Amino acid sequence: MGIGRLAVFALRRLLLAGPFLLGVVMINFTLIQLAPGDPVTILVGEYPAPPEYVERVRREFGLDRPLSERLGRYLWQLLQGNLGYSFANRQPVLSLITARLGATLQLTLTALVGASIAGVALGLLAARRRGGPADGLAQGATLFGYSIPEFWLGQLLILVFAIWLGWLPSQGNRSLRAPTVGWEAATDGLRYLLLPALALSLRYVSLIARLTRASLLEVLGADFILAARARGASERTVLIGHALRHAALPVLTVIGYNFGFVLSGSALIETVFSWPGIGRLLFDSITARDYPVMTAILLLVSATVVLVNLITDLLYTAVDPRVHYR
Amino acid sequence: MTTSADMAPIPYGGGAPSWYRLRRSRRARAAGGLILIILLLALAAPLTAGHDPLSGSADALLPPLTGGHALGTDHLGRDIWAQLVYGARVSLAVGILAALSATVIGTTVGAVAGYAGGWVDALLMRIAEGFQTLPRLVLALIVVALFGAGLGRLIFVIAILSWPQTARVVRASFLSLREAPFVDAARVAGMGAGAIVAGEILPNVLAPIVVTGSLDVATAILLEAALGFFGLGDPNRVSWGGMLNQAQPYLRQAWWMSLFPGLAISLVVLGFNVLGDSLNDALNPRLGEGE
Repeated sequence: MGIGRLAVFALRRLLLAGPFLLGVVMINFTLIQLAPGDPVTILVGEYPAPPEYVERVRREFGLDRPLSERLGRYLWQLLQGNLGYSFANRQPVLSLITARLGATLQLTLTALVGASIAGVALGLLAARRRGGPADGLAQGATLFGYSIPEFWLGQLLILVFAIWLGWLPSQGNRSLRAPTVGWEAATDGLRYLLLPALALSLRYVSLIARLTRASLLEVLGADFILAARARGASERTVLIGHALRHAALPVLTVIGYNFGFVLSGSALIETVFSWPGIGRLLFDSITARDYPVMTAILLLVSATVVLVNLITDLLYTAVDPRVHYR
Repeated sequence: MTTSADMAPIPYGGGAPSWYRLRRSRRARAAGGLILIILLLALAAPLTAGHDPLSGSADALLPPLTGGHALGTDHLGRDIWAQLVYGARVSLAVGILAALSATVIGTTVGAVAGYAGGWVDALLMRIAEGFQTLPRLVLALIVVALFGAGLGRLIFVIAILSWPQTARVVRASFLSLREAPFVDAARVAGMGAGAIVAGEILPNVLAPIVVTGSLDVATAILLEAALGFFGLGDPNRVSWGGMLNQAQPYLRQAWWMSLFPGLAISLVVLGFNVLGDSLNDALNPRLGEGE
């Protein structure tokens, strides 16, 4: 596929993302309208806000006007980057979110990279020993790993590694006395990252391992594998050099299309480990009934998922030249 | 498992041999037995609980096997086992009813899309895709936070966010069966579209619907637990997710407050996942690899 056609495809997908995001905004708006009580309460939050601000919001969103005009004003405010003001935190919602984005990305990306490596390795092992005890064990373990709620796994890891063994810290993302830059800061951060990343990744290790195994088994019966074997290629070359390339696609699918779930999982894990990211912010905003933050996070996460889905589709073509988009 | 990529449409499922395979499957029987036991414990909660799950006592934070509490007590002196048994009612009710509703919505949408084809199909599938892209937990959290957390509302929210998977599976099967000879025969015989969809094609699609439904129960229970963990369960009922929420600040003092509810969630979810998986193997012999 030429770069030109790929660009056209990407553009079309971006244009399709528009209606979807509009849909999310509409859902958000409808929820605010339908919720019991005054919509202003939801736009401002239940935290005590100065009456002048409440009046300003009422005016800006035209809450005495007809519904269609209200929706228009809501969209206009969003387009201007006005996500509201959080009185629970005494900060604009936008800056609250950007301040926590890094921590969430650090956690989710570490978990996903770890899950990809471990998942592919486990799937490879299981496919190679198909039907053997190692395969059976891997299948059982991944089914279990897929069924455990990640936030409970987080609590278990805290119980074992932080409380009983005392090896690793359980709350936050850095120790107060550690320097902020340099080697020591990095190792300190890593100690804090290990448990939450592990808890978040187990589900995806399981998913990726199962899919890798299944697609490897499918590919191993193909003619080109037989051809490679006939040429005298070693088992290692066949598996890693030939078969695994084709198994890359499902792995990409899992990561790409589950990114929304990864972010949700991160919200739960951040709550367990007091990790100062978006998820922890979501939890705090729910506890404080800080509605502007809640609705802004919904919009942000939806937009992220759309973007990641698009990138996934584009990466498909890079990994598998047979995939074509109309 | 539950990702859309490997849920292949099943051309001609159902039939006696697959049910035979299912009954022989040790995994299916183990999973079914596990679910049945938990279901019975939940249904007979007043008999099996032994304590009132909501009434506290002075015996707070008792470890397991002390003071007549097999699994210990929580920070308010409430019996953990009793809470587990009553919590099972909430988990199972929400999980099963939400999955059932999602299955009904998904089957309807998928059948219409697959049979009608054309722009109807395109539109419905775009909508399904949109719903699949929505971050379910975040949206569910907001809805429950705004509207309150009744049991019915929980079921509704989870169902509304869970139907697309079923719709896609049903649509794929309908697409492949729409032109099958027996459907043509029904059309020639003068049957209406509704009768063909419900009476002729649907029975052949039941197998993948049941598989997806079983896996949906597992996801719904996990989602309900996550909402409970965020403190958004039904406040008048014990829920497993809510128990884990309360366990969080007491991890250092009372490991049993976390261990047992989490184990309960995992076992039930595992049960439904294994059941769905073994159903899939039994009903879809092409992919089946035996025990």
